Amino acid sequence: MVSHKLLIRKLVLICIAMFGFGFALVPLYDVFCRYTGINGKTENTAAPASRRVDASREISVEFLANLDPGIAWSFAPEIVSVSVHPGQVKIVNFLAENLTDKAMIGRAVPSVSPGEAARYFKKIECFCFVEQPLDAHQAKFMPVQFYIDPELPSHFTTITLSYRLYNNTPRTAGR
Amino acid sequence: MSTDNSNTLDVNADQQHVDHHDHKPTGITRWLYTTNHKDIGTLYLLFSLTMLFIGGSLAMVIRAELFQPGLQFVDPHFFNQMTTVHGLVMVFGAIMPAFVGLANWMVPLMIGAPDMALPRMNNWSFWILPFSFFILLSTLFMEGGGPAAGWTFYAPLSTTYSNDSTAFFVFSVHLLGISSIMGAMNVIVTIFNLRAPGMTWMKMPLFVWTWLITAFLLIAVMPVLAGTVTMVLTDKYFGTSFFDAAGGGDPVMFQHIFWFFGHPEVYIMILPAFGIVSSIIPTFARKPLFGYESMVVATASIAFLSFIVWAHHMFTTGMPVAAELFFMYTTMLIAVPTGVKVFNWVATMWRGSMTFETPMMFAVAFIVLFTIGGLSGLMLAIIPADFQYQDTYFVVAHFHYVLVTGALFGIISGVYFWIPKWTGVMYSERLGQWHFWCSLISVNMLFFPMHFVGLAGMPRRIPDYALQFADMNAFISIGAALFGLSQLIFVWCVVRCMRKKGEKASAEVWEGAQGLEWQIPSPAPYHTFQTPPKVK
Repeated sequence: MVSHKLLIRKLVLICIAMFGFGFALVPLYDVFCRYTGINGKTENTAAPASRRVDASREISVEFLANLDPGIAWSFAPEIVSVSVHPGQVKIVNFLAENLTDKAMIGRAVPSVSPGEAARYFKKIECFCFVEQPLDAHQAKFMPVQFYIDPELPSHFTTITLSYRLYNNTPRTAGR
Repeated sequence: MSTDNSNTLDVNADQQHVDHHDHKPTGITRWLYTTNHKDIGTLYLLFSLTMLFIGGSLAMVIRAELFQPGLQFVDPHFFNQMTTVHGLVMVFGAIMPAFVGLANWMVPLMIGAPDMALPRMNNWSFWILPFSFFILLSTLFMEGGGPAAGWTFYAPLSTTYSNDSTAFFVFSVHLLGISSIMGAMNVIVTIFNLRAPGMTWMKMPLFVWTWLITAFLLIAVMPVLAGTVTMVLTDKYFGTSFFDAAGGGDPVMFQHIFWFFGHPEVYIMILPAFGIVSSIIPTFARKPLFGYESMVVATASIAFLSFIVWAHHMFTTGMPVAAELFFMYTTMLIAVPTGVKVFNWVATMWRGSMTFETPMMFAVAFIVLFTIGGLSGLMLAIIPADFQYQDTYFVVAHFHYVLVTGALFGIISGVYFWIPKWTGVMYSERLGQWHFWCSLISVNMLFFPMHFVGLAGMPRRIPDYALQFADMNAFISIGAALFGLSQLIFVWCVVRCMRKKGEKASAEVWEGAQGLEWQIPSPAPYHTFQTPPKVK
């Protein structure tokens, strides 16, 4: 038999550890997803330049843009899809326009489908890396410069890059 | 005392002498200040009975609305509040406190302890509960109404799209989390430290074993729930982005964290019921429990497996196939220890001298109906099938079979089994049988057709439905009303016993009943086992 106090102390420690574990799941989840590349998240930092081009095959890259209900902008890619060789660098523009009478700040969050291909989708420059402020009724071309990593397994022939645009005005203003 | 067990357990003769000093305070302060495990057990049980009827009334609003297609009584937003608060009240207000109440009453009696190890904390862990539910239920009467995101409060429903009831909800869950954790610690310390001499681990009754394992589950996952609701709170009010994609978070991660708590939670709500049934079946079959050791090992394996199956609640969120397969196989693996338990209960009854008093009736119904719920759970674990069943009434049927005819029937059978010990009088067997048969028939009218409407595609948590489901839903609603009314017989039975109306119960209560709790007089004296009994 252990004393009550010692046992309680251990049990309280378990509780505190599990409370901490709940929060630790947040970074663990990100690390796990990045390591396994399973939920379509792309790196939100600039990738190094492409070093070789694999001209033997072509990948069809499709673009999607959609808006969160909280943001009254228009937002669409210039082209719906483009064919690229792995390693070939491409720039695609997305056109965003603030349809309201006041300045707003948008934030685009990318997602790649199929999720397993996300880690082969390399962005050299992207409007999604930073917040995008637009004045009232201002329109702007937002470029993304990317290439597909030549290491991409051969069974992927089509990759879809989707952006969802969120209203970040209240969050940024609150800061 | 029966002949076959009197030599294994022997209560110290001094016990009877001590019992004459039944000092207890009177009036309301007795209940407010009490540190007696029996008083606190009674408080827990009466509280959970009250919450059962509150949660049941909310369910009746749901069933009244679904009696006919179209919108008759409530608007969709209020309907969502009803499904949400019904779930929260039943899970955290009815089932869990009832188990804690049974643990308070029975664990010290079963292991020969004078009281729970931490009596003042025990008082506190109970008295937090009414306040917690006052906070939660009061939101229903506020402008904008109560939480409506479902009891699972998925983000962003509970963050971006909720009203300020979220703050009340979060605080309420914090409080009842603290209450559950303190209750669980108390059970663990009591079982570790206060077992009577000779009460070795492998002599402990299964109710004590299952509760010990449940208590460990509680202290492992309730803090995770507390963390989850805290993240919801800070996302909504303090500008964090745990679950908000715009700020770099991920709403799917909410589901992972929630179900990491949520799956062990469903075993928290069933393991003690396994323990109750494992006490009742041997008593009425008049045979020792078949496979005691395998029961203990099965309970522990279920508890372990419960931590690695959570994502089977999320097959349709778009996981890679490898992960889906992992969660499918681990989920199916749970059927093995559960099957061991069902096999052992049936084997205990095999060639026993069975009688079918009310506790036994509920326990047998538990085995059959819980197994139905377990089988529909296995169907849900099959990934391709789950894509069809997800968010339909099939899921509703599944978890009500395991929680109503599983957990609740387990609790009710336990109450009938032990109430003669608590009050000193036998419940009315005639009323008990009426309660059983009314409940059995109506509960199956209520939940069985849900399998069919679910397979036919009726979605859950929607106040309206396609015309083709109309007849089934009317039938289900009638079943619901009958099941609710049947529980009034239960209240009548309990009140009769509390008023000491009925035949006086002997110390043993049930012929050949084994265990320390049957060797003290009925009603159990206010103080028991102040001198530890000797267990041989």
